[in-house]
Amino acid sequence: MFRYTRITFAREILMFVVAIVFVIPIYVLVNLSLREGGDVTSPLVPVFSPTFDNYADAWSQAGLATALLNSAIVTVVSVTIIVVISSMAAYPLARIMSGLSTTVFWLILAGMLIPFQVALIPLYQTMRDVGLLGSLWALIIFYCGSQVPFSVFLYTGFLRALPREYEEAAAIDGAGTLRTFRSVVFPLLRPITGTVVILNAITVWNDFLVPLLYLSGTPQQTVTVALYAFVGQFVSNWPVVFAGLVISIVPVLVVYFLMQKQIIRGFAGGLKG
Amino acid sequence: MTSPADVTVADAAAPPPPSAPRAGRRSRRGGPAGLSRGLLWFAVPALAFYLFAVVAPTLRGGMLAFTNWDGLSQNYDFIGFENFTRIFTTSSSLDALKMTLVFAFAITILQNGIGLLLALGVNSGLRSQNLLRVVFFAPVVITPVVVAYLWKFMLTPEGAVNSTLEALGLGFLKQSWLGDPTWAAVSVVMVVVWQHAGYSMVIYLAGLQSIPQDLHEAAAVDGAGAWRRFRSVTWPLLAPATTINVMLTIIGGLKMFTEVFVLTGGGPGGSTETLSTLLYKSAFQFNEFGYGIALALVLAAVVAVFSIGQYRLSNRKADV
Repeated sequence: MFRYTRITFAREILMFVVAIVFVIPIYVLVNLSLREGGDVTSPLVPVFSPTFDNYADAWSQAGLATALLNSAIVTVVSVTIIVVISSMAAYPLARIMSGLSTTVFWLILAGMLIPFQVALIPLYQTMRDVGLLGSLWALIIFYCGSQVPFSVFLYTGFLRALPREYEEAAAIDGAGTLRTFRSVVFPLLRPITGTVVILNAITVWNDFLVPLLYLSGTPQQTVTVALYAFVGQFVSNWPVVFAGLVISIVPVLVVYFLMQKQIIRGFAGGLKG
Repeated sequence: MTSPADVTVADAAAPPPPSAPRAGRRSRRGGPAGLSRGLLWFAVPALAFYLFAVVAPTLRGGMLAFTNWDGLSQNYDFIGFENFTRIFTTSSSLDALKMTLVFAFAITILQNGIGLLLALGVNSGLRSQNLLRVVFFAPVVITPVVVAYLWKFMLTPEGAVNSTLEALGLGFLKQSWLGDPTWAAVSVVMVVVWQHAGYSMVIYLAGLQSIPQDLHEAAAVDGAGAWRRFRSVTWPLLAPATTINVMLTIIGGLKMFTEVFVLTGGGPGGSTETLSTLLYKSAFQFNEFGYGIALALVLAAVVAVFSIGQYRLSNRKADV
């Protein structure tokens, strides 16, 4: 395809330089988190006697253990529910292309155009009235509703391209609709389920505004809001702040490096023109 | 939330091939009657969440935008279009609207430009192609709040950016990045582009990899130079990727909240305030829910106008 020439080599070096410039901020983040509090040498100079005290401080004072657990609960529960309800909804919406089914389909797709800020404030009031404000359930319910349009959209597109023979064979063998869906349709949806899981998990885990609104003033915090409160408190002590930031992104980066192929494919493959 | 609006169908991986061609059976669209009846129940759970968390509050929000509700008291009055009149006659909200558009425009141009350059670089037959792709994409998955704090520190007067400039002998470029209205806006754009350029790159890479190699070879045989091959072969065939990228960056840029909120808080002196940050402050700090929701509706309208406009524009181009 391409011959590897001297010019290619030069290009390779150039791209490496660009990549190094690109990761400097992450290097600074880690480098600084290992420093003593009063150290004022340039953030670019590598630290010679690393200390992990900042990590201990950040861990105990930012309440990151609870926050990480809360974020994990919200992400896992939301994404599980989203996958189940969206794939189920997509089944009739992809297979019945008339009447009520089409209406429901367009109603759901319209949700992709509505900016969620309009819904956020009135929903805040509803959540307060039903007593869910300050609970993780408020977040889960919001994400399940707001991520349905995009997820149903992905599932329906995939299902429409999927032949019906498998389902019909199952029906002939006497399987009911639920059984057919569970044992035949859902397993066939696996590739797109991967995309749905990745895109939703990253959206939910990284979200800041919704937990800031719905959980503020309560001991229940997700990672993003815990960091926000923590930085407000320790803004003069950047090494401790940075240790907190590192702790919070480690889970994401570990998952990213383990599954980078699937994740990048999920982002690029979820959308195709 | 990051849901990219009306992007075309997914194909994360091709579905299994049909076991038999299905020609001539289109008349039975609904499947067996017994099956289709019961099947619609499958949509009920998704619909319930969606109606409760999105549709109902959106409709209520649309109504509240015409009131002076403060978000706390039980009572409010309908005040007609007063909130909207206020938006279009007050300088703070007009500036926020302008800034929203400026940010979206700058981010769209820069993020796509850099994303395309990265994609072309990574895709030029390098040995380290995969490694580079992973590195450039990494910031995309990092929590935006963390990215914003990281940069906030690096952009302080004694931060890494200024000390790097100094070390490179470019001390005259040093700035009080977040303290100056113009440079604060530049900083926000820079941070967003740093975080998301890898996303644009990945979509461009998918586009580049779908271009058949023989087209390049044919053009090269005909004597086309590298730039000419890019102009006449690569760029036109990248049109679908460009459409998606521009759509995603416009929508993302218009809705951007976290980066501005954390980096500048809308400052200095309200110079980087956008509709998103202003509506947050109005509704939750100044207790003007009605006004906040009116701002949200204006933002919604702007997003809709741009997505539909961009969609039609790129469709028209495709027809030519």
